[in-house]
Amino acid sequence: MSADGCGAPAGGVSVSAATGDQAVVEGRVVHEGAPVVTGYARLLGTGDEFVAEVPLGEDGGFRFFAAPGSWTVRVLAPGGLRAERVVEADFGQVTKVDVTL
Amino acid sequence: MSRSDVLVDADWAEAHINDPGVVIVEVDEDTSAYDKGHIPSAIKLDWKKDLQDPVRRDFVDKTGFEALLSGRGVSNDDTVLLYGGNNNWFAAYAYWYFRLYGHDKVLLLDGGRKKWELDSRELSTDVPERPRTSYTASEQDASLRALRDEVLAAIGQRNLVDVRSPDEYTGRLLAPAHLPQEQAQRGGHIPTARNVPWSKAANEDGTFRSDDELRTLYQSEAGLDFGKDTIAYCRIGERSAHTWFVLHELLDQPNVKNYDGSWTEYGSLVGVPIELGDGR
Repeated sequence: MSADGCGAPAGGVSVSAATGDQAVVEGRVVHEGAPVVTGYARLLGTGDEFVAEVPLGEDGGFRFFAAPGSWTVRVLAPGGLRAERVVEADFGQVTKVDVTL
Repeated sequence: MSRSDVLVDADWAEAHINDPGVVIVEVDEDTSAYDKGHIPSAIKLDWKKDLQDPVRRDFVDKTGFEALLSGRGVSNDDTVLLYGGNNNWFAAYAYWYFRLYGHDKVLLLDGGRKKWELDSRELSTDVPERPRTSYTASEQDASLRALRDEVLAAIGQRNLVDVRSPDEYTGRLLAPAHLPQEQAQRGGHIPTARNVPWSKAANEDGTFRSDDELRTLYQSEAGLDFGKDTIAYCRIGERSAHTWFVLHELLDQPNVKNYDGSWTEYGSLVGVPIELGDGR
């Protein structure tokens, strides 16, 4: 898809849309063995600075196109469920981070 | 204008689901969210297909807006309650748009779709049928919209608020980090613009921060002079519509414009000044 708008599609933009020099951070969110389909993944920078957010996809997935460096992924889901993971991203890499709530 | 005149909570929305004088409207860029489930009785507007001109880079004109709302069964007397995903970005954009075309009875749902979902409130897949109306829009209110020449003239003169993320402001990223990074434009920001990311105006659940917190954010922390006119911009104008809503509607600042051309226009202009880095 082109980036005509700024919206965040559920699960994040398909990785096939990315060129090889993107710094991708992606993963899936599960709770009690099942994908979490209603919830949000937030990408936070230094000092918990908000950078981006996507609604989780039908497989509980999320994807960000970051820049090289350290990031925090925070997941929010109904029922007050939440979790955080720290990840390192770099150009040309797909950094996987799976989150269990 | 104050917060209670323009912003309602989910309890209010639930109490008005069957109110014939209230039209609930979900606004998204990706309307598949609506199709999977929406607030009962809500209709949808597609930010791109419904609100943008299909050929030129502009939004639909007065005639197009009238045709759109007439076809969706919205009348001039209806109270329109807007909500959406992306922390209400596109709903705030639509709110700005309703105001541009003179619809005064318009409200935003605090927290939008996200808080509704996180609260596990009811979602429906039923699509309501609304009888056709004959909607009449006013001429566009130019006091709410900034075009590029006005933005260039405002450098160093008015408050310019860049509401993108710090990495987009400094030039490190060219788009929000949930999108592939594009190459057509130069990175950076309009000189003298202060960076107040839209996200600082919102709580984690998508609701707006309190008026006191918002005044502290824009005046004390960002150093905006509320005695001056203000132009807000982002990348395409929807995140800055969120900030326009905060400054103009919640904080009642009189002269605030949204520059919907935003960085995808400014960052592609030949010969205009650009500032990199922190900017101060």
